[in-house]
Amino acid sequence: MPTLVSHPDEVKVISRRFGQGAADIDRYLELDGYKAVQKAIAEGPDWIINVMKASGLRGRGGAGFPTGLKWSFVPKQSEKPKYVLVNGDESEPGTCKDHVIFLHDPHAIVEGTMIAGLAIGAKMGFIYLRGEYRYLLKIVEKAVADAYAKGFLGKNIFGSGIDFDIVTQSGAGAYEVGEESALMESLEGKRGVPRIKPPFPAVVGLYGGPTVINNAETIASVPHILLMGGEEYAKIGSERNGGTRLFGISGHVERPGVYELPMGYNLKKAIYDVAGGIKDGKKLKAVVPGGSSCPVLLPEEIDVGLDFDQMGKAGTMLGSGGIVVLDETVSIVEFALRTISFYQHESCGWCIPCREGTDWIKKTMTRIYNGGGNKKDAANIQYLAENMMGRTFCPLGDAAAMPTLGFIKKFRKEFEEYIEGNKAGTPIITVQQLVGAH
Amino acid sequence: MSTITNSIFTPETAARFDHLVTLYPVKRSALVPMLLYAQDEVGYVSDAVVAEIAQRLDLLELDVRNVLSYYSMLRTKPAGRYNVQVCTNISCMLRGGYEILDHCKHKLGIGHKEVTADGVFSLEEVECIGACCWAPAMQVNYDFHDNLTTVKVDEIIETYRAGKGKDVK
Ligand code: FES
Repeated sequence: MPTLVSHPDEVKVISRRFGQGAADIDRYLELDGYKAVQKAIAEGPDWIINVMKASGLRGRGGAGFPTGLKWSFVPKQSEKPKYVLVNGDESEPGTCKDHVIFLHDPHAIVEGTMIAGLAIGAKMGFIYLRGEYRYLLKIVEKAVADAYAKGFLGKNIFGSGIDFDIVTQSGAGAYEVGEESALMESLEGKRGVPRIKPPFPAVVGLYGGPTVINNAETIASVPHILLMGGEEYAKIGSERNGGTRLFGISGHVERPGVYELPMGYNLKKAIYDVAGGIKDGKKLKAVVPGGSSCPVLLPEEIDVGLDFDQMGKAGTMLGSGGIVVLDETVSIVEFALRTISFYQHESCGWCIPCREGTDWIKKTMTRIYNGGGNKKDAANIQYLAENMMGRTFCPLGDAAAMPTLGFIKKFRKEFEEYIEGNKAGTPIITVQQLVGAH
Repeated sequence: MSTITNSIFTPETAARFDHLVTLYPVKRSALVPMLLYAQDEVGYVSDAVVAEIAQRLDLLELDVRNVLSYYSMLRTKPAGRYNVQVCTNISCMLRGGYEILDHCKHKLGIGHKEVTADGVFSLEEVECIGACCWAPAMQVNYDFHDNLTTVKVDEIIETYRAGKGKDVK
């Protein structure tokens, strides 16, 4: 069971109800539950969208698209039914924030889904959890059932004359399904292969109807924003990056955990103060700042604010908010190999640059790792990764290429020395293990 | 009442499936969860499971197999009663995930995707299971176990062996 952590620098908005038994509907109601949705009904769709726009909330899945704007793209009139789809297929390595929301505050997801539905005029919402999260699915299923039992869901919600239904859905293991169009395919009972865009889901989505797809953390933020006001929420964060975010700090830190920090909070402080610094007094070697697909940062690059824009300027991404910390003992060659092995394993094979690119990068890195690398290998890896960038149907190709480029550029010397037989770091994976699962 | 005569599933699961197909605008949407729930009951996705699900959703068996082969949690061969899934992805790797995996291999005497002779345990190396901040982590069936040490793993495995482990389904 995930342990809850806390730190004085935290600003608890989404995590306000964590550890307070809010999975129970009566307790949730005591803690201001289902007030935001009633306010949303009273004020109407335009008001909701305006509050969301004012809040500066940007998609917490990783892309950082402004939520209010996304909702405003859904056509008001539509012949086909509209849908809300909540993406709880959390599977970016290094990321476990939605896990904690589902566990501690499932009704915030239910309520947020209803509000998104009211905003776009949908009558149905889906909450999709990765298949591995069965115990969390049960918690969310119970929350939905309890909301129905109280009459909050179903026909004529809160006497508004509006009907709204929620269906929970389980995945069955596939990283790729976290991509929004692949997620829709999966929900339609198909292989989770991405769709070509345009058309965008806001116009043609689930079952051909206009669909809003939001990350679980984004949706869980919505009720809080409506209650506190968009401007108030925006003020907590940094410029153009409203509010707070759940950051999961893992790897070589003293106090790993999921912490809620204001957007723009300093990454160095997050690692050294909030998470207690590097484990066992070791030195920092590198930070993968937002899940495994984000380009690595060097120790001298981490004095930077954790928001979408500042991280972009630093040459990386805020991503999923999963900060992975590597101490001096880590072999970057090995870490990069483990990272690409994951993407190679998860590539759906639909498009060639991703399927072949991940495979060849993995093969080349494996050769280096096993001591058989040749001089041109580092340049070759870079060439392969550069040629994947922007050339694949869905973001998986980029997700594999970006970290690879980060490692190969920033640790070029370590790769070259490794090839020459001078291996930095303490290896963890044996050659035998490498041929195992991936 | 099941709409299928001679269902291979227990009456509860059959009734659950009858209900599941009514939830969606399109029946086929029930396919992925249905395959997983069927696997929970039967132990794997057998030919009979494929046939009945195809019939329930008005699909060809080929359509069902096409989807089945995509999802990593679905299997077409039996696993152990307790499937031990050890994460070795980045956050777990940094906190000893490979050591935990090796320990399980020795303790159970099996490798990746193998089953013990008595059919009680199977082992799998898996990708990130969303427990990175509590690494290293593993799942036994659907239950999470985190902040693992080799000692803790021994205790967990013995608890399951004695039939006293939790088993969320
Ligand atoms: S890396 Fe092991 S649970 Fe995420």
